[in-house]
Amino acid sequence: MTLKRFLFINRKGPHGSGHPAELLDAALIAASFEQQVHLAFLDDGVFLLTRGQRPDLIGHKDFTATFGELTDYDIDHVWVERESLSARGLNENDLMIPVTLVERTALAALMADMDVVISA
Amino acid sequence: MRAAFPGRTPVKFAILVNEGPFSHQAADTALAFAQAVLESEHALTRVFFYFDGVQNANRLAAPGNGDRNLVRSWSKLAEEHGVDLVVCIAAGLRRGVREANLAPGFRISGMGQLVEAAMLADRLVTFGA
Amino acid sequence: MSNALGPLHTVNKSPFASRALDGCLSRLSAGAAVLLIEDGVYAALADTAFADRLAETGRNHALYVLGPDLAARGLADRSLVAGIEVIDYQGFVSLAARHSLVQAWF
Repeated sequence: MTLKRFLFINRKGPHGSGHPAELLDAALIAASFEQQVHLAFLDDGVFLLTRGQRPDLIGHKDFTATFGELTDYDIDHVWVERESLSARGLNENDLMIPVTLVERTALAALMADMDVVISA
Repeated sequence: MRAAFPGRTPVKFAILVNEGPFSHQAADTALAFAQAVLESEHALTRVFFYFDGVQNANRLAAPGNGDRNLVRSWSKLAEEHGVDLVVCIAAGLRRGVREANLAPGFRISGMGQLVEAAMLADRLVTFGA
Repeated sequence: MSNALGPLHTVNKSPFASRALDGCLSRLSAGAAVLLIEDGVYAALADTAFADRLAETGRNHALYVLGPDLAARGLADRSLVAGIEVIDYQGFVSLAARHSLVQAWF
């Protein structure tokens, strides 16, 4: 079976558009095909992981709860860009799950090392 | 006889279309890219429609006279070149694109078809908005 | 050679309307190239407020712009940022084939 490294890039925050939820669905399917799945959170994408979200108040389902179950899907590579966090006044303690913080230059190298990059 | 050089090695492309045909140019670019692949020495293994991209398969879309009709252009691509056009079932159902209004040449299937396309192709090229 | 080239990044948003190009340029690895398409082609014009930034990137990375998108917008005869290469859809396909992967910014 072909094994590839898939990187799903999240650059948008939650609830303002449907893109992050559908991108997450695609990542879970890739993981179910036993591909090596990486998730990266950069730019406004870091807001996907902030604690205390209440999307029910705007009538949305809380798809971000699935981020807490990533290890159940064998998704172990979760990267958050340090510069994106700090530019938005956030730090690691604001996030709902343990992540690997990565510098912008290291993230660029990571992206270049993938077989497939899908963003939304 | 011409010596082969690496730049000419045929590449298998898969395309991901994330945007519908009317609000943004992305689907136009995807179509032009697909046509260019078919005219090249490379191969096009699948076009997968996801997010609002599923609207490219909506047979009920009726652009006015003289307006471009991307739905028809994709169907033509499938008819003339046998390109595999796959609409994501989950994204399609959500947006009302289903078997009942599926344009010719498209088929509906699961997101596994995107993952499989990316696994088997050499390059996945995304067009989005 | 086919494996020596890094990612090809496509950007389809104007730098005056979106941070997509900024986000892309700040995360280029060695060997990465940038192709401006759709509304991204505005960034290719010389003398814009963004031109210096693009020219600076061009010192270390190959830059391309999709000619049909320039022409469609009446910009085919405008002067462009030095070093940027105008390509057509066939050129886009060749670039995508030569680079290790294609990453879209939008």
